[in-house]
Amino acid sequence: MASETVAFYLFGAIAIAASLLVIAQRNPIYSVLLLIASFGALSGLYVLLDAPFVAVTQIIVYAGAIMVLFLFVVMLLNAPHEDTEYDERVHPLMRPGPMRFGAALALLLVAELWWALGRGGDSGGFPAGAVASVGAIGRSLFTDYGFAFEVTSILILVAMVGAVVLARREERR
Amino acid sequence: MVPLNHYLILSAILFAIGTAGVFVRRNLITILLSVEIMLNAVNLTFVAFGRALGSADGQIIVFFVMTVAAAEAAVGLAIVIALFRHRESLNPESFVSLKW
Amino acid sequence: MTPLLVAQLVLTLVVFVGLLSSAAAMVYVERKVAAFIQQRIGPYLVGPKGLLQPLADVIKLMFKEELRPRAADALLFGLAPIISATAAFSAFAVVPFGGETTLLGLLKEPLRLQVADVNVAILVIFAIASMGVYGIVLAGWSSNSKYSLLGGLRSSAQMISYELSYGMALAGVLLVGNSLSLTDIVHRQAGTWFGVIPRWFIFLQPFGFLIFLTAGIAETNRAPFDFPEAEQELVAGYHTEYSSMSFAMFFLAEYINMVTVSAVATDLFLGGWQGPYAESIGWIWFLVKVAALLFFYVWMRWTLPRYRYDQLMAFGWKVLLPVAVINLLVTAAGVLYFGL
Repeated sequence: MASETVAFYLFGAIAIAASLLVIAQRNPIYSVLLLIASFGALSGLYVLLDAPFVAVTQIIVYAGAIMVLFLFVVMLLNAPHEDTEYDERVHPLMRPGPMRFGAALALLLVAELWWALGRGGDSGGFPAGAVASVGAIGRSLFTDYGFAFEVTSILILVAMVGAVVLARREERR
Repeated sequence: MVPLNHYLILSAILFAIGTAGVFVRRNLITILLSVEIMLNAVNLTFVAFGRALGSADGQIIVFFVMTVAAAEAAVGLAIVIALFRHRESLNPESFVSLKW
Repeated sequence: MTPLLVAQLVLTLVVFVGLLSSAAAMVYVERKVAAFIQQRIGPYLVGPKGLLQPLADVIKLMFKEELRPRAADALLFGLAPIISATAAFSAFAVVPFGGETTLLGLLKEPLRLQVADVNVAILVIFAIASMGVYGIVLAGWSSNSKYSLLGGLRSSAQMISYELSYGMALAGVLLVGNSLSLTDIVHRQAGTWFGVIPRWFIFLQPFGFLIFLTAGIAETNRAPFDFPEAEQELVAGYHTEYSSMSFAMFFLAEYINMVTVSAVATDLFLGGWQGPYAESIGWIWFLVKVAALLFFYVWMRWTLPRYRYDQLMAFGWKVLLPVAVINLLVTAAGVLYFGL
């Protein structure tokens, strides 16, 4: 349907524009907020792909928890605007050295992938029906992938302990 | 109907933006943000393929990727805080004392 | 433009206006109930029995000068109240407040009294509650003042801590209700046991209800969990530097969040719009139940002393979260054993 195409291009444009601004502009708080906007657009794309559970989980976990963590760290460290020894007026993408390499690499990557994907011929649309419901995801998660599920819970425990230990102030002796 | 290729190309562009961000930026936190962009691009690919092949596995892998990304962001930010306490700077070029 | 579509658009407008007027009504109710609890009269000058007091408050707020501190980050300063208010309004979009109605036979197909019917409604509410944190933390940061920053960080830390218990209480209801859609959960609470006790989930999940309500009060930054915006301790916390309509938006967001938490609690635990008579007037029962919960909210505020911040965080992590987890385990065991 046409509305789906419009929605895809709209969300895609927002995601790309927000991500470009994340890496292009200097204020770290604006970067975090723009990334949240990008995540919101991606969540919309997941809804278009008939994955409402992933869409909502993206908002809850990524935009609602991980980004809050980033925002707290930026605020607590009072992260300064990026200072460099280069002239402030030269935009990051124009500076010599690893920056140009990075930008060139990114462009090369996009060009290659575009060519490769375009050559694959028409991959067709998505098959109608066969949409996984939340219940099916849950069942599969707890039976087929049960071991991975338990391992990720231990992973989160380890990460929690690690984060607390790493960020602790050194004890005054 | 939006073909699968469109989603894959979008995901490729986002991944490339994330990669460029890791190279281009001189701020540890923004580098971590670029890594998050890359992870999200990969998530989009998984969900798109999961839908195209009609299985729930794509969404389940995304679930795990999100969990790992959360753990990695937490530990990464803790490291950034610890580094900041030492050198009062978030520029990765301040931490080059092991270079020869 | 079928009649159903028109009716849905009108419904959206009705919900929006209804939320605004509920916030105005809450202003009056709060002040009157506070007055009676404190053995005084409360507003009585403006209008009969002071009923036009909210109108006077709104007009006063509209005419105040809109200030912005010079050192404040202009974009974020302006954006923060917008984020708060938007999140508050959007959360109500997936809450059903009535059964299907054909508007006395005017419509061919029944109109469901819910702005957007999604089948993951509970998760959407949870997601939008997580987004509400940003309004507060950005307000605290962008005001560039110490009271605001402290208040904003404390408030958002409190909100994300209590979100966990909120989610666990929701998970308990999910196990019993077997669906993520609020409409399905309400329909599952139809009927009675022994002809007398309605099949509300509050009787199956009493602790879940208490945990949900406590976490809800903490999420909306209301007393006794309102340390971050307490006048005695922090001037006004994250909205210290705001005046006029921006302040009004924060105020509005707080009241609408209260209404949303009460509405969701009603749907999940108190049977939603189920009541003795026909389903098409169920929205009246819904309003009665939500009003009861809102009265409870106001009653809590003016009765209990405020928690200190470290006590508040300790309570959230060391008491409420373990209780919520145990509640979840017991519910899971119960569902497995009784085969609900």
